Amino acid sequence: MSKTSYCAYLTGFISPEVKDTCSSSVECRSPPLIQFSQSSVPLHRNYILSTFCTEHNVQECLSHINQEVSSLGLPPVWTESSGSSEMNVMAVLNCMYDLIQLHHRGLRTLENMEVEQLKSSSNVDHLHCLSLLKLILNEQLELSKRGNTGLLERERQLHLKVKSLQNCLKNEKDEVQKLQNIIASRASQYNHEMKRKEREFTKLKERLNQLLVDKKEKKQAIDVLNNIGRADGKRSLWKTQKTEAKHEGEMYKTLLSDYDTRQREMLLENAELKKVLQQIKKEMVSILSLRKPIRKDDKHPDAGIQDEEQVFDSSKESVGLFSVHAREKLTNSIRLQWRRLKSHVERLDSQGSLYMGENKTDDAISRETHEEEMDRLKLEIQPCKDFIQTQQQLLQQQLSSPCDEETTSLLSNCYMLQERERFREEWKTLEKQRNLFERERRNCTEAAISINSRHASHSLPCARKKVCCLYLHKP
Amino acid sequence: MNFSEVFKQSNQLCKVSPDGKYLATCVQYRLVVRDVSTLQILQLYTCLDQISHMDWSSDSLFILCAMYKRGLVQVWSLEQPDWHCKIDEGSIGLVSSRWSPDGRHILNTTEFHLRVTVWSLCTKAVSYIKYPKACQKGIDFSRDGCYMALAERRDCKDYVSVFVCDDWHLLRHFETETQDLAGLEWSPNGCVLAVWDSCLEYKVLLYSLDGRLLSAYSAYEWSLGVKSVTWSPNSQFLAIGSYDEKVRILNHITWKKITQFEHPSSINNTKAVVYKEVEKRTAVGSDDLSLHITIGTALYNTRSKYEICPSPVQIPVVKPDPDRANPKIGVSSLAFSSDSRYLATKNDNMASVVWVWDMQKMSLVAVLEQTSAVRCFQWDPCRPRLALCTGNTTLYLWSPAGCVSVQVPTEGGFQVQSLNWHRSGDSLMLLGKEQLCLCYMDTDQEDNIREFTATK
Repeated sequence: MSKTSYCAYLTGFISPEVKDTCSSSVECRSPPLIQFSQSSVPLHRNYILSTFCTEHNVQECLSHINQEVSSLGLPPVWTESSGSSEMNVMAVLNCMYDLIQLHHRGLRTLENMEVEQLKSSSNVDHLHCLSLLKLILNEQLELSKRGNTGLLERERQLHLKVKSLQNCLKNEKDEVQKLQNIIASRASQYNHEMKRKEREFTKLKERLNQLLVDKKEKKQAIDVLNNIGRADGKRSLWKTQKTEAKHEGEMYKTLLSDYDTRQREMLLENAELKKVLQQIKKEMVSILSLRKPIRKDDKHPDAGIQDEEQVFDSSKESVGLFSVHAREKLTNSIRLQWRRLKSHVERLDSQGSLYMGENKTDDAISRETHEEEMDRLKLEIQPCKDFIQTQQQLLQQQLSSPCDEETTSLLSNCYMLQERERFREEWKTLEKQRNLFERERRNCTEAAISINSRHASHSLPCARKKVCCLYLHKP
Repeated sequence: MNFSEVFKQSNQLCKVSPDGKYLATCVQYRLVVRDVSTLQILQLYTCLDQISHMDWSSDSLFILCAMYKRGLVQVWSLEQPDWHCKIDEGSIGLVSSRWSPDGRHILNTTEFHLRVTVWSLCTKAVSYIKYPKACQKGIDFSRDGCYMALAERRDCKDYVSVFVCDDWHLLRHFETETQDLAGLEWSPNGCVLAVWDSCLEYKVLLYSLDGRLLSAYSAYEWSLGVKSVTWSPNSQFLAIGSYDEKVRILNHITWKKITQFEHPSSINNTKAVVYKEVEKRTAVGSDDLSLHITIGTALYNTRSKYEICPSPVQIPVVKPDPDRANPKIGVSSLAFSSDSRYLATKNDNMASVVWVWDMQKMSLVAVLEQTSAVRCFQWDPCRPRLALCTGNTTLYLWSPAGCVSVQVPTEGGFQVQSLNWHRSGDSLMLLGKEQLCLCYMDTDQEDNIREFTATK
């Protein structure tokens, strides 16, 4: 509902009097005021008296009214001192007049308050409307802003389009210029050719005229002293089908031999290239296989395939030169190896760069790690050092400290003890052996003596001597 | 390096015989035959008119002298000086005359390219070939002398006829996919025929000996196309120089482009050596300045030497007139060395520069910047040595070891306009406007080079 219609709807309920007093102010009024204004009307129109005062309670009514009036701040209507039940008419009238005045004043203030309230409510409504209006305007503003950005965007795109179209135009213009230049050069070329042909044509016409006019036609002739032989010395042949066929044959022979040589050359080249490829593949495989033990993420099946391939290729080398399948296999395997090698090199590169980066980026960090390492090593070294020191000390002690003779004598030769023992053992065994030899010698000499005595009867002096000497000189 | 004395010649007609023993020169209407080593005159022949073209037969026994104005061809025998032969083309006229590879037939192209007449010196027989095409290079003989390829034009279409030189039997006749055939050339192994279109369309066609189209190559459309084509001696490469200042190399296996060489105006390549010719003028006698001024440059000893320029190097570029036909732009001269290792090129809008490319590395090896436009360059038939001349009195030689510039020691100045190597690679024939001089290379030419060169 619009504001004006709402207000019209409201004003229908309001009395003319109230409308008069309130029309100067705002349009809208609030409903609760209606009842109040309605209730105030009867005070002015034929109000029926209430049964407040009767003949019996006049005194009470009088005192009540007195109280009421005095509470209102007016002089009392009746004073008890007068003693009569008669009212002071003047005082009563005055009181009544005062009361009426109060009432009027009250009504006025009421009206004023009504007006004020109407005003404030209408203000509130107005503000409410304004806020609604503000919302609506905000929405409109948002919409228009969006519309604006959209338009800006469109404008920008159109600008770009304009630029690109200008570029296109420039290109087209250049193209057109180029084509025009081409046309111009072609035109000049055509013109030149035309002129040349025309000149030739004119010359031809002149010559024709000359020939038509010229009665004496000079015929072609050759005048040779004597025929000379052919360059190759052979006789020239008649042109027959056979010679024609021969010519054809020779022509094809030339072509075929050319193709032959070309094919041979290409085969050779192919073989060379295949050899080179095989070599490259072998080398790549060897390089990659060297890296294999170090690499962790190595796939087993690949190694297997490699070996298979190697076996395959080497066994069927000659076939590989001719079969398409083998050729494809070779190129594929080369590609595979190359990819592996490449990835490996890339990895190395990245590692190297990382390492380099680490080294280059922050000296402080590396020094820290370095120092940490140093400290750790130092810590490790320290107990060893202590150990060595204690050893040294003990040794020194041993060497320097005094001790009893037994121990000293023991100690003095303690290093050689083992060897001494060994030597003693050996001496013993040798002694035993010596004794054994001695005994054997004695036995032998006794045996020799006995033999000698026996031989003395058989007279062999020389042998005896020798034997004796032999046994005597043996140590 | 020794220089012979200067001889007279006319029309730049000086040729060494194919066997390398004799030197034939034309002086007006006389034909002089000398011994190459002694330069003694061996024979002297007189022709009926001024000689327009002269050529040796393949067996070095005969020399043909063509007089185009008179329509005459005279053939002389070296062994028998009394022997004579005269071919009169009559009213039909003569524009070109050449030997056949067997040295016993002469092919005359009549005026207006009406027909090619094949005259046999053995049998006096005549054959005619109709509709030859008037183009840059319409006839080519294979190196082994067995076949001849001839460009023909009938009904506004191009054809190629392959003849067997033995008996002029037409082996193959096929139409080519060209708009306007400009030239054809056999590969050195005689199995492939390269055919190229006029400059209005970039098209190079490769035909097998039996007439099959092997491949067609076109680098780009619309702009002016092929300017020059040459085979490498080992038949492996076909170099195509075009108007866009680039050389494209096709390979003989796939007939596809394997690389292209560009001729930029500023060279940044550190691997290439840039030799720049620097002229130094030293006055002969500095006493009387006025004398010097009046007499002119003859008294100045212009010594030029090569200097190595550090990269980047700027090459002088001359922009051609855009309105003229056959503009002076693009690669017009290409030459492979005899071992196919090097390729020398010249770009017409940088006319004073010769570029040498290495075919193994497919890169630029050397740049020779001269003071004036390069007129002629030719590779030594035996080794990778390039001789070039620029129309002044200096001879320039390049080899992978370095560069030499040698003054031709003649009085009165000898402007070297073109040069030709002897087939042994031991001597060079230098041709001036009307003079001829032989230059004998030392056998130990490396010493020479060390003496004169700027080396890296």
